[in-house]
Amino acid sequence: MEKIQVKVCLGTTCFVMGSSNLQELMELVPAKYGDKVEVSGSPCLSKCNIDWEYSRAPYVTVNNEVVFEATVEKVMREIEKQLSYAK
Amino acid sequence: MQNKNNQATHLKKEILIRTIKAFLTDDFPAKARLIPYDMRPKGCAVPFRCCVYKERAILKERTIAVLGFSIEEYDERISLSSYAQKALKRSKPETLPLTVLETACKGCVPSRIHVTDLCQGCVARPCTTSCNFGAIDIINGKALIDSEKCKNCQKCISACPYSAITKVVVPCENACPVGAIAKNEKGHAKIDFEKCISCGKCVSICPFGAVHVKSQIIDILKHIKENKKVIALVAPAIVGQLPYPIGKIKSAIMKCGFCDVMEVAHGADITTKHEAEDFKQRMRRGDKFMTTSCCAAYNELVDKHIEDMKPFRSDSHTPLYYTAEIAKKKCSDCITVFISPCVAKKTEGMKNPNVDYVLSFEELGALLVAKKIEVNNCPDVPFEVESSKQGRNFPLTGGVAKAVEVATNNDIVCRNVLVDGLNIQSIRELKKYAKNKNCEQGNLVEIMSCEGGCTGGNACLNSYKTASKQITEYASNGKCVNDIEIE
Ligand code: SF4
Ligand code: SF4
Ligand code: FES
Repeated sequence: MEKIQVKVCLGTTCFVMGSSNLQELMELVPAKYGDKVEVSGSPCLSKCNIDWEYSRAPYVTVNNEVVFEATVEKVMREIEKQLSYAK
Repeated sequence: MQNKNNQATHLKKEILIRTIKAFLTDDFPAKARLIPYDMRPKGCAVPFRCCVYKERAILKERTIAVLGFSIEEYDERISLSSYAQKALKRSKPETLPLTVLETACKGCVPSRIHVTDLCQGCVARPCTTSCNFGAIDIINGKALIDSEKCKNCQKCISACPYSAITKVVVPCENACPVGAIAKNEKGHAKIDFEKCISCGKCVSICPFGAVHVKSQIIDILKHIKENKKVIALVAPAIVGQLPYPIGKIKSAIMKCGFCDVMEVAHGADITTKHEAEDFKQRMRRGDKFMTTSCCAAYNELVDKHIEDMKPFRSDSHTPLYYTAEIAKKKCSDCITVFISPCVAKKTEGMKNPNVDYVLSFEELGALLVAKKIEVNNCPDVPFEVESSKQGRNFPLTGGVAKAVEVATNNDIVCRNVLVDGLNIQSIRELKKYAKNKNCEQGNLVEIMSCEGGCTGGNACLNSYKTASKQITEYASNGKCVNDIEIE
């Protein structure tokens, strides 16, 4: 099975709007899912520069899914969802 | 430590960004007027309140606070565009740093002891016997508290085996360490500025985001637009607020239109040297202890509430004081803007003629977003004046005391006492030291209003853990404070 790729946006907009909380994912995800999921910080994912879209920052992508106004909980839910599809 | 990023802070930041964006267009008043409508357009979902009209009314009040006005004096009939014009015209920002949004303040129920429906109406009824004031009766098989008789002693809470009794608190009242915020006759929170020490604890705690900082961002942007020499003085806690090296943050700030960025960590070195001399003198003349003097909220606390502490507070000025002085000496017509981790420094800035404006980390962040500046793509430029390892460590708990200790060069033994956060308990301790003219635990008392020091400040962007890691790393590359030259 391909690993699920989680990218936490650490670009300026996302960071100002709250991705500091999401840094927790860097420890939480490997602890919980081992090598099934890979998580990394990313420069601007280019979601924020469309008109008012910054207001939905911070962004995280889980494979091709975009999680907006991301929280640790929302991202974990998305990971669970994709893992259950893969089964 | 409270998490700084939640829905209420997200909303406040969004308003800041929208207001700045409106300023950057060629029709600020018209664009400002539309902010509540842009955020809650016709037919949109209503995320927080009863209806879209109430949400817009609150967003309007939030925008007025960002424009720098008090909601206490706000006239509903005046439009946002008139407020925007007024902000453009004023020559001085308003003095009090905070305002409470009446419409957003939910008017939480007054603090009291409350029986929940977990009450089983049991046979033993330990609550009634625990109460020394006869305030509890069992009515219809349930405990009932007579609020006239209740003295809030909370004995019944521990007596109930079902944990059926709880204390309902008003978050802001409960968080304020000096009893400066309470509900007025209309049931809305009101700040008593005679007592308020600007610690900002009410701002962070209010779950409705009703306590706002009055921003000076428009005043600053106006000067930048007029091509004035606007200099940013960055608090040492700025290191680690964004996940990029400080040199990149520096050039990002210049890109916003500031003509120079100075590190207040250098001012911290001057504070350290003065404080070390001060400490030695005091110990030699037989004083039992000395406190630091760099936290603005602590200084307000001493000035307003602990008269007896004045003789024990170091006479040294704050790092901001020295840095602003250097900036004005270098260029007398410059405009100085302190970039700050907290609300308290806004109050300090307003009292110091060398500090023209104060911008918080949150407000700076909003400015970067509004201007679409990607900090990571900015060049990494070092500061002109080098600051010391100890100065760079000022924003972490213990950092100030440690710096003073290093600068005393073992002439006198320092026994450091760290007051990590002002609250009712720590203030009680401080009052005790002042009254007894003695602090048994040590002789050098460092006081920070925020838990963790300035890195835990109420306007910080990053989490304490990751920010402090970056500060420690940056500090480790600095020289020793004893090797730093000052004028
Ligand atoms: S800023 Fe601090 S002192 Fe002032 S009202 Fe709020 S909690 Fe109280
Ligand atoms: S500890 Fe620092 S951030 Fe907190 S109130 Fe004092 S000066 Fe401001
Ligand atoms: S900063 Fe996150 S999408 Fe641009």
